[in-house]
Parts: sequence; C-alpha cells; structure tokens
Amino acid sequence: MIDAHLVVRHPAFTLDMELRIAEGEVVALLGPNGAGKSTALRSLAGLVPLSAGHIRVAAEEWHDRPADRRPVGMVFQDYLLFPHLSALDNVAFGPRCQGVRKREARRLAAEWLDRVGLTDQAGQRPRTLSGGQAQRVALARALAVRPRLLLLDEPLSALDVDTRREIRAGLRRHLAAFDGASLLVTHDPLDAMALADRLIVIENGRVVQEGAPAHVARHPRTEYVARLVGLNLYRGLADGHDVTLDRLTLNVAESLSGEVFLAFRPSAVALFRTRPDGSPRNLWEATIGGIEPHGDQVRVHLDGPMPASADITPAALAELGLADGDSVWAAVKATETHAYPA
Amino acid sequence: MSRRAPWVLVVPALVAFAFLVLPVAGLLYRAPWSTLGTRLGRPEILEALRLSVICATLATVFCLIVGVPLAWVLARVSFPGRRLVRALVTVPLVLPPVVGGVALLLALGRNGLVGRWLDRWFGLTLPFTTPGVVLAEAFVALPFLVISVEGALRAADLRYEDAAATLGASRWTTFRRVTLPLIAPGIGAGAVLCWARALGEFGATITFAGNYPGRTQTMPLAVYLALETDPQAAIVLSLVLLAVSVLVLAGLRGRWLS
Repeated sequence: MIDAHLVVRHPAFTLDMELRIAEGEVVALLGPNGAGKSTALRSLAGLVPLSAGHIRVAAEEWHDRPADRRPVGMVFQDYLLFPHLSALDNVAFGPRCQGVRKREARRLAAEWLDRVGLTDQAGQRPRTLSGGQAQRVALARALAVRPRLLLLDEPLSALDVDTRREIRAGLRRHLAAFDGASLLVTHDPLDAMALADRLIVIENGRVVQEGAPAHVARHPRTEYVARLVGLNLYRGLADGHDVTLDRLTLNVAESLSGEVFLAFRPSAVALFRTRPDGSPRNLWEATIGGIEPHGDQVRVHLDGPMPASADITPAALAELGLADGDSVWAAVKATETHAYPA
Repeated sequence: MSRRAPWVLVVPALVAFAFLVLPVAGLLYRAPWSTLGTRLGRPEILEALRLSVICATLATVFCLIVGVPLAWVLARVSFPGRRLVRALVTVPLVLPPVVGGVALLLALGRNGLVGRWLDRWFGLTLPFTTPGVVLAEAFVALPFLVISVEGALRAADLRYEDAAATLGASRWTTFRRVTLPLIAPGIGAGAVLCWARALGEFGATITFAGNYPGRTQTMPLAVYLALETDPQAAIVLSLVLLAVSVLVLAGLRGRWLS
C-alpha cells in the first residue's frame, strides 16, 4: 500500500496531491501537458525532492530517502537504456547495484528478457533495438530490481500506432502479473483505459477527478476530461428532468436537483437546415464554427448559446450543404442527454 | 546559383591560411632529408624524445587522475564560488608559461610555500628534476583536460544518471558505470589535447625544471638549444614534433571531433 501526499513547489506551479495505491493495483495519472504528472512520478522515485507531504510504503517512510534507496522501478518515456551496455547488462544493472554477484545478476536478467520475449536480443546494444524492443527491455530492467512501486512515464508514447497496440497488450499482462503498486503517467486516454484499474486526473497540480475508467469516461467533471473522452460537457442547475444552462434549458434522462454536470456524445447531436417539425425538446440554433474530419465521421463545431461538437456522416454533411459561418438547428434527444451531480 | 564570396573576405582569408601554412612548408623545405635518418638516430635526440614522451604521458595520467574529478565537481556539484573556481582553473590557459614556471618555483621550490615542507619532512625536491618537468607540464595542460571533460559532462544526458539512481546505483557507482562510459569520448579528446600540450611545453618547464640533458631537457628545450649550436638538428627535432602534432590532430579528427 502506497500512501503519499506529494507537494512540490516550483516557481511556475505547485503540485499538491494525495495518492493511494494498493498492492497489485494499476493507477493511471492523466492530465494535460504541464499538469505535474511527471513531477509527481519523479517525486515518488526520489528524483525531485518533496517540498512538503510524505511518502509511506507499507510502514516505511520513503520521503527522506535518496532515489537509490527506494525500491522503485521506473520506465522512462524514452527508456534511457544505457547505450554502452547490452540489453542483458542493462537489465542486470539493477540487481548488480543491489549487491547480486555478476553471474547471478546476468542469470536473473536473462530470465527477465525471456519473460518479455527478448532472449534473442540479449547481446544487442540499445541503439540496434527497435522501439518496441527497447520498451520491453526498459520494462524488464525496471522489474528486475523487484520494486514495490513501478512507475511508468508515458511508456508507449514513443511508439508508432501498430507497435503501440502490440506493446500495450504485453504491458497489460506484465502489469497484471506484478504484485506491487503501479503508477502510469499518460496523456492518452486509450492507454489509461486499457491498462489502469483506476484513473486520477490532475490539472494545474491538483486532482480534479478520480475513479474507475468507465465511470470517469461517462461522467467527466472538467473540460479536459470531457474532451479526452469525447463528450460535450456543461454545468447547470437541475430541477427534475430539466437542466438550466447559461442560456438554455435542456431535458435530460435523469431526475435530479441542484448543481449538475450535463453531458452528451457528439454523435447524439442531429443537425437541420431549418427548424425541424415535431420540435424535439432539446433544440437550439447555432452557427458553424468549424468542420473537420473525425475518424470516418465529420466533426462540426457549433458556436452559439451552447458551444458543442456534433459528429455527422460525410453524406449528411453533403446533403445539408453546410459551411463555416452557416446557421443550423441542433437537437439532442433527452434519452441521450445525461446529468449527474456536480 | 551560389553567390560569389566578396573579395574583402576572401583575400584576408587566404593571407591567414598562407600565414599558418608557410612556416610549416619552410620547415619541410629546409629539412636535411638526406641526413635525416642518421640525425634522428643520434643519442641526444632519442634521449630528448624519450624524456618528452615519458613526461608528457605521466603528466597526462596525473591530469586524468585529478582533472576528471575536478571536472565532475564543476559540472555536477553546485557550491558557492563555483564560477570563481572555474575561472581559476582556466588561469594557466592564459598565463604566460614562464610566469607559470616562476609561480611553481615560488610554491614548490626549496624555499617555496609548500616546497619548504616537502623538503623538510620528506626530503623531496621538485625543481630541476624529472618529476618537476612532469609537474610543470601538468600545470599548463590540466585546464585543457578539465574544460574538455566538463564540456562532455554538461553535454551528457543527466537523465541516464536518474535512471541509474532509480535502479539503486549510488552516486559513485553511477559515475563509474554510467557517467564515465558516456563521456569516454570527451575524456579521450581531453587527454589527447592535454598530452599534446604537455609535449610542447617550454616556458614553465625551462623555468621550473631547467635544461639538463637526459633529466629535464625535453624536445622543445632541445630545439631551442640546438638552434644556437646546430640549426640542422633544430630542424630535425622540429620535424619530429610536427609529425607528432599531425598524428594527434588526425587521431582527434577521426575519432572524436567528426
């Protein structure tokens, strides 16, 4: 069990977050650039000193120990494999530092390389390894020190899309097999959802949301998280099934009262050239602020009383003949509009 | 189409080039090529060459032993007065070597600040001895090594040292097993520069160690002396030093600079 209160003061910003990770649990730390994700990771590893707070692992106090006396394993963003050592000696480096004899350390390293499927590459220098292989050597090197806490800093960001999918699956297996606590820093929601048991979102050095991946994905609480999971997000006042936003009242599926978040998927938005008949309940007039491809759909940015994104098919776009600056009617079904307490 | 270079720049550039190359060409032109073999075999030349190589190598070893740690401290440890220390380290670069020799005499001479005690406690006398030559050369050459190694340390990616720390390596282990191999090219280049500088050392050596054949008379000193008595010998000795310099330059370019 990791129990930490990380406070790191920089001239530019302050990181101040509580963190608890159980044995065997994988937590993903998400956030925009400069939110303090890497600082949090580095402070746990002992590479950045805490300005205040504590790090407790089981009953041990870690915060006043130097980095080399904390049983952590860290996988760096660009792996930082020692260029002058073979893959095997990179993995054997940690056990050697722990006082394991050379031959035994190399035997352990060979085992770890076997576990990540790189027995054939044991003798190679890092510069001759592919990105995916280097990532696996870095993981083996971090795990070979038998850490209590495994830290992964954007472990997949340096890989191309195909390698990434394959390495993600492998990483998932190794994280599941690892009995210590794992903390994964990423800004890719897909990595976070696929690998983590729990998400922690930080912005400007503070935790803004925390929870199971599925829950966070359905109930974003900040602009950043909403964008990350691809939802339109608003804050308003609920009274039964009605939620009043700044300049609009929408009908939602849930019955609530008080401050709420309101969210709907861009694909739930329907666009019309003229005011549709039968007038659906959630209808407003908007101006088109931009149109861009989005997967096999087209994403239309709507300005007006309620800025929103709408995903429509290219065929629908052609049929409607929409262009920047045009005025349209937008509608969302109440059953597709969800509210939850703020 | 590439534009023509303006003559106001091209002409001085040619002058500068000629100025650097002509003296060397003159040396090659006036060299007594026919008698070169026998002259090179003369014992006093061989003796001076042997002494030069040994002293320059010992000076380089000394510089490596103390200079690499000094460079590490300057690059990795922040302490008050670091800028001043760095400035002081580079003093021998700009100091006239003769002044360096005088300063060494004042510090390590029989009646010098430190030399007095060396003499009294250990019976150790440095001026006008072969170890004195090594010290004079090291004094002048050390900054070259320190600057080169410090540059390499600053250019080296610090995050490798972070990675080593997370793997449980102490600072000494990190230095030995990660930092040192990473900056090996910088150390090599620094050592070669240091050795070349030590080999050519004249002013500090003649002031501090004197000019005794076989004991303190290195190649540059022999060249200077020969110029008065046997100019042909001076040319031959100069050729040897030139050849060594060219070899050093070639080695540096091929392995470290490109």
